[in-house]
Amino acid sequence: MKPLSRRNFLKTAGSCAGLLTVAPVTCALAGTSRTVNDDELGMLYDATRCVGCKACMSACKRYNNDNGNLEPEKAKFDPDGLWDAPSDLSGNNRTVIKLFKENSTSWSYVKYSCMHCQKPSCVSACPVGALTKDRQTGIVSYDKTLCIGCRYCQIACPFNIPKFQWDRAMPQIVKCNFCKETCLKEKGITACADVCPVKAIVFGKRKELLADARRRMKDHPDRYLDTIYGEHEVGGVNHLYLSGVPFAKLGLRDLPADAPAVFSETIHHTIYKGFIAPIALYSALCFVALRNARKQKDHQAPHDDGSPGGKA
Amino acid sequence: MDTTTIGVRSELSRRDFMKGCLAVTAFMGLPHTLFSKVLETAESDRRLPVIWLHFQECTGCSESLLRSSHPTIASLILDKISLDYHETLMAGSGFQAEKSMHDSITANKGKYVLVVEGAIPTAENGIFCMVGGRTATESLAAAAKDALAIISIGTCASYGGIQAVSPNPTGAVGVGALVKDKPIVNIPGCPPNPYSFLSTVLYYLTFNKLPELDNLGRPKFAYGRRIHEHCERRPHFDAGRFARAYGDEGHAQGYCLYQLGCKGPVTFANCPVQRFNDVGAWPVSIGHPCIGCTEPDVLFKTAIAEKVQIHEPTPFDGYPPVDTGKKGKGASPLTTAVVGLAAGVALGAGAMLAKKLPDSTSSSQDKKNP
Repeated sequence: MKPLSRRNFLKTAGSCAGLLTVAPVTCALAGTSRTVNDDELGMLYDATRCVGCKACMSACKRYNNDNGNLEPEKAKFDPDGLWDAPSDLSGNNRTVIKLFKENSTSWSYVKYSCMHCQKPSCVSACPVGALTKDRQTGIVSYDKTLCIGCRYCQIACPFNIPKFQWDRAMPQIVKCNFCKETCLKEKGITACADVCPVKAIVFGKRKELLADARRRMKDHPDRYLDTIYGEHEVGGVNHLYLSGVPFAKLGLRDLPADAPAVFSETIHHTIYKGFIAPIALYSALCFVALRNARKQKDHQAPHDDGSPGGKA
Repeated sequence: MDTTTIGVRSELSRRDFMKGCLAVTAFMGLPHTLFSKVLETAESDRRLPVIWLHFQECTGCSESLLRSSHPTIASLILDKISLDYHETLMAGSGFQAEKSMHDSITANKGKYVLVVEGAIPTAENGIFCMVGGRTATESLAAAAKDALAIISIGTCASYGGIQAVSPNPTGAVGVGALVKDKPIVNIPGCPPNPYSFLSTVLYYLTFNKLPELDNLGRPKFAYGRRIHEHCERRPHFDAGRFARAYGDEGHAQGYCLYQLGCKGPVTFANCPVQRFNDVGAWPVSIGHPCIGCTEPDVLFKTAIAEKVQIHEPTPFDGYPPVDTGKKGKGASPLTTAVVGLAAGVALGAGAMLAKKLPDSTSSSQDKKNP
């Protein structure tokens, strides 16, 4: 049998891998049957109603301080530690209110917190299952006891939400979990939605929120853009936004309607379906290795006979 | 005792009376529906016998109660209690006064309320404060024995006050340190708001029990929140606008007094809500920082100008701008150079090492074909 050259081996392996990859990708692209569960819990943030009082930020920290390992965040201009003045989501903040101001007429507040995606990339990327999505409520939550600190979730998140506590000896990932262990348990509502004085944050089931958002848009078409941010982005998210200024200006990026997690998971799950791909790969490698070993033995046999003390 | 000498009763109109009762109801944190009950109590003839003892103090607590510009409060109090012994107010003196106290204690055994004003000296057998030939500790023990409850009015009676500040030559202590077997309500303050006292009395008369107390023995309805939470200067704090010196521009503008040492953020009291003298004034409103007079660990223990630590910081009144896809600074040229150099060295070293490695096939062949 003709010996397998390195070139030929690589060619065969490459085409095998290509086949294995392309097939699921086409499957993934073809399978556009995105299932959105509108019964999951979510929040609707209406930027046109928000008055920037930051009651949500205070309440979030008040409720989740101990449970979420949060601390006040000093500002650079504040050596005395008078305020909790975070400039962004961080290892101490699950939510933050920011201001977009173009001029005196075009401005808006915006609240950032976890979007609780229908198909969360962080959950998909987490190698140890520290991030999970609750099947019933749709809450994406974090379990510090499982986390290994790899921060893949940070890289995977299309909204740049999970934050790592870089300054702590025992760091955790910090992100909103809809007050799952605190206010939601106690009052059945998230702390931020509970305290919002102008109902800019509404908590409820996704379908109710969508209906509410549409009603608001219908009642005041001049006030809102004609889209609900989060309805379709990355396969739909449970934290929805209404605004009067373009979402991109509020730092809410224009994202495709396909969930990256679905795409990568389809590839991954197809390759590993029934553990066939690894078995096939290792069988092939095993076969090649065995064959080479036999050939080597045949090739070397005469020499071994001729020099018994060669190794001594 | 003739109430006209205090000059209050004749001036109290029905309207003022109702207003006072309504204020007290709201003040105790009771729902509006209980107003009628409180009113009923206030109107009833039931009067609470009170023995009022003075020890090491300035009588400021009594004075603030009596010298309010409007009559409502003092007359309400004096109508609701039967003040059987009060050294400042009683007409009698000497043996007559002592007898009045003794009679009241005997007659109202277990039914009277003992109000204590001032700290009690304990050093050298308490000889630093003696009334009627008895030391303060003896008077207190005698009066407390048959009391229904004790109300410590003012910071001195509650926690020792200025007398108890180091070096505390008289060994002054509050009532709570000496009397252990009676319910004690502390109404600290220097002076405390008279409404806090009145509400406590009316609460007892209405519900026949003492109001809920915090861990320092203060009624929660009056001492449940920090000064800072209801301060009218709070927006200036949130926005970072401070008075930095007495009489400076910020002080004139009514800015926050935190930098002048205001103890509002650590002091639990109702001053910003139920103000003083019935004219809506309180220290912070006239430009002086809170000195924390209701807090045993703050008053006279920290300097007036000393800034306090904020334990539960709240957001600053300002907003970070929305970050619309801007990227970070990136690596500096120096970092790039250093990293590049290191990478180059590593590559070169690796290449040299690879070169020096013995050729495995040739060496094995050498061995096999010597």
